[in-house]
Amino acid sequence: MDNVLLARTLFGSSLAFHIIFATLGVGLTFLILLAEVLRVVTKDNDYAILAKRWTKGVAILLGVAIPSGTIVGVMLSLLWPGFIEVVGQVIALPFAIEIFAFFLEALFLSIYVYAADRLSQTMRLISVFFVALGATASAVLITNVQAWMNTPRGFDFVDGQFVNIQPWQAVLNPAFSYTAKHVVSSAYMATAFVVVSVAAYRLLKGNLKEKEERYYRKGLMLALIFGAATALWTGTSGHSSAVGLHNNTPVKLAAAEGLFETQSNAPLAIFGIPDPEANRVVGGLELPGLLSWLATGSTDGVVIGLNEFPRDEWPPLFVHTLFNIMVGIGSLLIAVSFGAIAYRLIFRKKPYPQWLLAVLLISGPLAMIGLETGWIFACIGRQPWTIIGFQRTAEAATQSGNLGFIFVLFISLYLFLLVLTGLVMRFYFQRNPLSKEYETTTSV
Amino acid sequence: MNEAYIGIMIIWLFLFLYALGGAVDFGTGFWSMYYYEKKDTTAANFANLFLSPSWEVTNVFLVLFVVALVGFFPGAAFAMGSLLIVPVSFVLFLLTIRSAFMVYSYTVRKYVKLLRYVSGITGLLIPALMLSVLPIIIGGFFEVVGDRHYILYNELLTSPTLYAHIGFGLASQLFLSSLFLSDYASEANSMETYEVYRKNAIIFGPIMLSFAVAATLTLIPQAMWMVENMAREWELFALSMFAYTIGYSALWWPSKKGRIGQPRVAFVLIIGQYALASLAYGSAHMPYLVYPYLTIYDALTNLTMFYSLTIGYAIGMAILLPLFIWFWRLFLKDKRYLSSEK
Ligand code: HDD
Ligand code: HEM
Ligand code: HEM
Repeated sequence: MDNVLLARTLFGSSLAFHIIFATLGVGLTFLILLAEVLRVVTKDNDYAILAKRWTKGVAILLGVAIPSGTIVGVMLSLLWPGFIEVVGQVIALPFAIEIFAFFLEALFLSIYVYAADRLSQTMRLISVFFVALGATASAVLITNVQAWMNTPRGFDFVDGQFVNIQPWQAVLNPAFSYTAKHVVSSAYMATAFVVVSVAAYRLLKGNLKEKEERYYRKGLMLALIFGAATALWTGTSGHSSAVGLHNNTPVKLAAAEGLFETQSNAPLAIFGIPDPEANRVVGGLELPGLLSWLATGSTDGVVIGLNEFPRDEWPPLFVHTLFNIMVGIGSLLIAVSFGAIAYRLIFRKKPYPQWLLAVLLISGPLAMIGLETGWIFACIGRQPWTIIGFQRTAEAATQSGNLGFIFVLFISLYLFLLVLTGLVMRFYFQRNPLSKEYETTTSV
Repeated sequence: MNEAYIGIMIIWLFLFLYALGGAVDFGTGFWSMYYYEKKDTTAANFANLFLSPSWEVTNVFLVLFVVALVGFFPGAAFAMGSLLIVPVSFVLFLLTIRSAFMVYSYTVRKYVKLLRYVSGITGLLIPALMLSVLPIIIGGFFEVVGDRHYILYNELLTSPTLYAHIGFGLASQLFLSSLFLSDYASEANSMETYEVYRKNAIIFGPIMLSFAVAATLTLIPQAMWMVENMAREWELFALSMFAYTIGYSALWWPSKKGRIGQPRVAFVLIIGQYALASLAYGSAHMPYLVYPYLTIYDALTNLTMFYSLTIGYAIGMAILLPLFIWFWRLFLKDKRYLSSEK
């Protein structure tokens, strides 16, 4: 592999790894806040236990989220110095502000975890509120840079010089608002379904005392309702993202949909393989007019196709599949979560049957796959650009020649930590079964 | 002062804060391993009591330093990217292992012993690698061919100045962390533990100082320009020496608490010593970031961004300050926390 390809693969893998832990950190801290609030409102001890066990989960996850974030943060500078040179001139603010979000989260999390017994109830709520705020703000701020890479604003480049710099115009670039909403909603949603999965797993395994079963059902319901709401939000914000692509970066939308010819009444192609020879998607399902309708609000709307752009500015065409997987999972999970809630409302007292629990069990892994494919689509769909229309990926890359060895080093580290984190979680929650919590946790 | 100098002063401040936090953090990891092995559980647990809530915060200071550096000086990214990628990758690798194990063994008590070893050993390796960056960017250990920078590993690894720098880093972190822990123990009225760490501080003070001198002298064949510049900064170095002497002697001052030494005074003055010395060292380094290819003027960002960043950091720090103080009180002064592991 050449240098640039190695750098891309290494950076992409590092982010794909970081994002697992970072996303769960964003979502779980919010769920803990929810549980803490419910605990105060309902005086139900089960919510205290939920908060406590989720906090343990966050503490374990952050042990990897923080160093892996440090890795991507430093690697961004080392692998993409050309990109960082532009960042430092134009869009350094979100990175700077993000640091304070990190501080907020790290300080309050330590306080919440190690000093909870010395805090009043109000202070405990405030601490956990700031933990959640810090985590979500980190996600929004880093997403700001990502949005700017898609719609760069706030500078002019004249004779090799950056002039007319407007830092806030760069921050408030057109892609920011919809990208941020979609990233936050999908992070909450993915976490909610992971929690649903865990609870479904316990209920499926059975062998629970009545008290424990009630606890898991409560956790499942809480996560399901939260999941349904955020899944809907993810769908609508994802739709705004697609409209944003249409307005700002039409080549990305064309690649996502495998649309070659510019046309009105453009069809939505589901799965299949985009074929540049045939000028269309082969082997997929085509729904006439739907793409025009989704992108412009009318079936008469014109959607720009790939052929308007020079070949060397096309993203790899397989992003069509990545995009389909994300959207497919999103739609499926909306159906599943609303279906499961409807089931509960219709059959009041009846517990979920095994088959429904089995469906819920796979919702968590599916959501994580949606997250990964969504991000990989966003980054690979930007190719060959790092900053669209301004800097190509090859111009951004480092000149260092030692990447092969570093690549092996980090990939092994990620694999090792993935396995280890799984084992540690399992070990901890087996050693500390729910029955033990009931002996040690007292309500407020 | 011009913008480039204001920028580099801010970077210096962030680096100094991280170096201080990192030295205490990594050094504490080492002591926790050492006393665990020696079965002195009080001394070992004291070290851990501090480590658990603080490592995340320390880590943010590292990120702060990196982000601020490339924010203020984006022009440094290319040279740094090709020059430092190998040592920095190792540091990141070890940091990740360390944090993960720290959290894991806190969760799974059975592996406490493994944790202490991992955090002790990485606590020695990470600062050693970090310090090795200093002689590299002073020049003499890399060559530039076209756009690429190559580290001359043969020359670097056989050069005494590398080892003097590493020795200085290790001695510093053991010295600073002992001082800190002795103050921590005295705050908790744990007299035996106080004595243990006071003794360590007394041992490592002079060792650190000898390495500092050695690191400077061994630079002469490699980077004479740096040594000459350092000589020009002699006032600051002299002040730093003065702070060290008083601070070190405070370990023998009488105290009302019925034991010898004033660890708080000693720790504060030694921080002053490091601040002055690193300021002097930094001034001697100027205007080069990477000698002789890259100066702070070449690397500086545009002025609009410079002022936005400066204001941003100032506001952020002002907002966070009360939070840091609260944090400090909760974990470093609160008797209920301090007595929880005795
Ligand atoms: C659980 C994860 C998840 C789910 C179910 C969905 N998305 Fe998504 N999507 C993401 C997670 C995600 C993401 C990982 O958060 C991305 C990557 C970059 C970004 O801005 O958000 C993303 C990007 C992204 C983009 C590209 C934005 C860009 O490149 O600027 C579009 C157009 C959509 N999504 C559209 C949708 C639609 C129409 C969905 C239908 C339900 C959908 N997404 C479900
Ligand atoms: C180029 C992309 C990214 C970079 C450079 C980056 C950088 C970082 C860094 C440096 C940290 C460690 C902070 C610390 O020391 O505490 C971190 C942690 C984190 N990141 Fe990322 N990140 C990236 C992508 C993302 C994305 C896409 C998300 C979320 C959607 C995210 C969410 C988080 C969260 C929640 C944390 C934990 C925060 C904390 O506890 O301090 N990151 N990231
Ligand atoms: C919001 C945070 C993110 C930022 C700022 C960001 C930024 C970047 C940058 C600068 C590059 C290198 C230049 C380029 O190839 O264009 C890149 C590449 C890449 N990133 Fe992202 N990224 C982010 C999130 C993610 C996440 C979460 C993933 C994975 C799940 C990801 C996957 C990739 C991949 C696969 C590449 C390589 C693309 C290629 O070169 O073909 N990114 N990203």
